[in-house]
Amino acid sequence: MPVFSPPFAGYGLGLRKEHYQDFLETEVPVDFVEVISENFMVDGGRPRHVLREVRSRYPVVLHGVSMSVGSSDGLDRNYLQRLKALVDEFDPLYVSDHLSWSRIAGFNSHDLLPIPYTDEALNLVCANIAVAQDVLGRAMLFENPSSYLALPGATMTEWEFLAAMCDRTGCGLLLDVNNVFVSATNHGFDAHAYIDGIPAARVRQIHLAGHSQGRELLIDTHDNEVCEAVWQLYARVRSRVGPVATMIERDDNIPPLAGLLDELAVARAIGGDEA
Amino acid sequence: MSLSAMQEDFRAWLMTASPAAARRIGSDAAAGLAVYQNNYRAQLVGCLETSFPRVHEWMGDEAFLASAIAHIDSHPPHAWTLDAYADGFGKTLIARYPDNPDLHELAWIEHAMSRAFVAADAAPLPAAALEGIDWDAATLILVPSLQVSAATTNARDIWTSLSDGMPPPASEMLEAGAGLVVWRRAFGCFLHQVDAVEHDALIQVQAHGRFDALCAMLVERLGEAEGIARAGVLLASWLGNALVANIADIKNV
Repeated sequence: MPVFSPPFAGYGLGLRKEHYQDFLETEVPVDFVEVISENFMVDGGRPRHVLREVRSRYPVVLHGVSMSVGSSDGLDRNYLQRLKALVDEFDPLYVSDHLSWSRIAGFNSHDLLPIPYTDEALNLVCANIAVAQDVLGRAMLFENPSSYLALPGATMTEWEFLAAMCDRTGCGLLLDVNNVFVSATNHGFDAHAYIDGIPAARVRQIHLAGHSQGRELLIDTHDNEVCEAVWQLYARVRSRVGPVATMIERDDNIPPLAGLLDELAVARAIGGDEA
Repeated sequence: MSLSAMQEDFRAWLMTASPAAARRIGSDAAAGLAVYQNNYRAQLVGCLETSFPRVHEWMGDEAFLASAIAHIDSHPPHAWTLDAYADGFGKTLIARYPDNPDLHELAWIEHAMSRAFVAADAAPLPAAALEGIDWDAATLILVPSLQVSAATTNARDIWTSLSDGMPPPASEMLEAGAGLVVWRRAFGCFLHQVDAVEHDALIQVQAHGRFDALCAMLVERLGEAEGIARAGVLLASWLGNALVANIADIKNV
């Protein structure tokens, strides 16, 4: 089994271009910064320079969107090697991706597509995670997805799947509380049962984000503030999980940094960690 | 249904909106499948809009969106990085607008600038590195960000105006063939228009590197005196603009 980094507790933000100058020129009051791995898996130029500067000041989490750990035709070795180079250079706090798939037979959807919660999928996902962790030389975190359809044939719940996945591979969980809320609403399951069912000791990081109401379903858009229902769910998560790396994830309609820090202050207050 | 069969059906749904594939994925999956397909197409359109903002402005919303949709329908994404999806859009524009070289060259400029932005780093060659070079054996190694293409229109002026927020000039054919050169120096990306001789010289050096071969090419094209003189001028210009990353087989480099 791969070995985890030591436990880390604190509050952070996702690094976005709109806030590069804030992070490069001021002391932003966060305990860690999360970056999208693929944005920095480039040969050179300003992105790598920015990441080096940020890394010199903050612990960094590498959060990927392209591993496609649910792909039935396995992982992309070229992608893994590029990710490993990034990991080796920046020594991140955590390396994470999603419980989802994007790629099949040379096609890459660039979306986080759902997997069926079956024994076949569990075996495949665990095999792919083992390969990834072996190449990277460390345990990874995997994030619970937002989903918009429930694939037929499921033999277990999502939280049962996650628990088995962690148990068999030694990976940890990046628990996205908004994703739990979105999927619970879309599929009609009890979000509290989900929170109570996950292996709490495996949760090393928490995402908090906003969503939007689509025509029929909630959509995980990350384009507005965390809603009250998700804050309430976060409080329940904290009571189960305790202090772990917690952050606001915002990808669209990005506000000034102060707005995100205000939201982070709410997370600190719920966690009993007011500055 | 096996996992691989489901994923093949999902691909078919995203690419072609196949009703048969949708039915196999799930009888009550229509609303969710619509969300995934919207996400897929919106993400690709967004990638092209982000990668080609000046082409978008030059073409207008309707023509750009129609070209983006045509590209998405004929070129499914395959690379792990979404950035790579911009790679083939220029060819789609050539196919859809074969008589608009201004558009082809504008798309080339925009894509070359994006590639240069994240190309491998290269420090400029220090002046001291030029001492004691045996130029008959020297090989020029140009910076990894350098990209060169032929120019037949005033696309450089159009791109510059659009970048500066100014009204672009009308399209014009150039009086003589020329070249477009894009590269990065430190964190700044640059676009120069050069004459046909410099364009051909850069293409040759990119391919072969040897300085003596460059001189021979210029002598054949311009004559002995002018060719040798031009080689010196070009070398000085390339060094001054940090287009040269290294000169092989010299000491202290």
